[in-house]
Amino acid sequence: MQLKRVVVTGIGTLTPIGNNLNDYWSNLINGVSGAANITLFDASKFKTRFACEIKGFDPTQFMDRKEARKLDRFAQLAVVASDMAVADAGISTENVDVDRVGVIFASGIGGLTTFQEEVISFAKGDGTPRFNPFFIPKMILDIAAGQISMRHGFRGPNFAVVSACASSTNGIISAVDNIRLGKADIILSGGSEAVISEAGLGGFNSMKAMSERNDDPATASRPYDKDRDGFVMGEAAGVLVLEEYEHAIKRGAKIYCEIAGGGATADAYHLTAPHPDGLGARNVMLAALKDAGMKPEEIDYINTHGTSTPLGDGAEVKAITEVFGEHAYKLNISSTKSMTGHCLGAAGVIEAIACIQSVIHDIVPPTINHFTDDPELDPKLNFTFNKAQKRTVNAALSNTFGFGGHNACVIVKKYVA
Amino acid sequence: MSDIATRVKKIIVDKLGVDEAEVTNEASFTNDLGADSLDTVELIMEFEKEFNISIPDEQAETITTVGQAVAYLGEHAK
Repeated sequence: MQLKRVVVTGIGTLTPIGNNLNDYWSNLINGVSGAANITLFDASKFKTRFACEIKGFDPTQFMDRKEARKLDRFAQLAVVASDMAVADAGISTENVDVDRVGVIFASGIGGLTTFQEEVISFAKGDGTPRFNPFFIPKMILDIAAGQISMRHGFRGPNFAVVSACASSTNGIISAVDNIRLGKADIILSGGSEAVISEAGLGGFNSMKAMSERNDDPATASRPYDKDRDGFVMGEAAGVLVLEEYEHAIKRGAKIYCEIAGGGATADAYHLTAPHPDGLGARNVMLAALKDAGMKPEEIDYINTHGTSTPLGDGAEVKAITEVFGEHAYKLNISSTKSMTGHCLGAAGVIEAIACIQSVIHDIVPPTINHFTDDPELDPKLNFTFNKAQKRTVNAALSNTFGFGGHNACVIVKKYVA
Repeated sequence: MSDIATRVKKIIVDKLGVDEAEVTNEASFTNDLGADSLDTVELIMEFEKEFNISIPDEQAETITTVGQAVAYLGEHAK
């Protein structure tokens, strides 16, 4: 069976460095940090007191107050990003077959803040259960996919995908495969995460996973720097409108790029630590290249997982040098988490968007906050430190890895009719 | 308007996102004010919280209009 081609025809996003695609891209290539002191709750007693929050987000600008109240922040962001993507793609129930438009939407954690609030409220009572009837449908991770379908009336395949920080990349791959196999014409895919709350921050803090550079939040996310001390938590949402090529052509859609392929593997090694040799990371890039039918030499840019943790960054770089050999030195490599922080389940989609923009504009966004070379890392690699670089980007690869040892990788390439 | 009626209507306006003018005694939560089954459960819970009482399920099922809520709470509120 001949697999169908899949193109991107719409993008919507809310990130710590821009609440729409243009602002996000402009700040990415200008090296703007999204990190600052936490405003979403009182973090004064926490080891880490900063994060990459989305700025100035008021859900009631996009939906009525009653609706907003029934959505956890992660789902509010998802719905708003889907509105942007749908408008950008120019689709509606009027011009598509709604039974063939799906939503495959990811989150790493879902409505953790709602869970936290409801359980606190129960614990403060006398033991009488007074859980809000919206507690469960607000909290469950799949509700974003459900809400997006209700918002737009799309009745095709609809579910959530979870693999911690690899979630939205796995979601995109699943959406692409569904379209390739002819099971849908269009799938809205992406992810959303919003866990900058007591439970979210406190939980990751206990794992010693996050930077504690409270005196200088803007430079705390410093992937590949010798003095990196952990990731900076971010929140974001992103939605791609993925469309079968002929369908897009037939309706005269604007085409951003083509999704060449993707891969998924496991480390089968440890709860949170990456395989020291980057085994799963190596295998997932090989799997994605094979799926895309591409040679390593055809990749120009790798948007790494690069969370700014001491172990993770090194393991991924080792995997890149193994997969790409001599070509590794001709690549541009960057971690845009240096600017956005680590948006967990939404990281995959916002980084895929960075890759798409890179392929369209032939600019590679930088890894900012580089001060000191890490002697453990090969100095001949081009990490695109501190400044964006212009170069032809025919194809870009995005890696994401999640706690549990999940690895997912997607490759985007320039659209050529 | 009684104090109880004022408090009841305030909750309804807040939870159902409707205009105060729509919240008449005759208004039905589901037929007139756009509440679904979950909204109705939430309203009853908010009444319980506001008036510090517990409304048994079989009673809750009979409270379907604003007037019924005001009357029930007028009788049972502490």
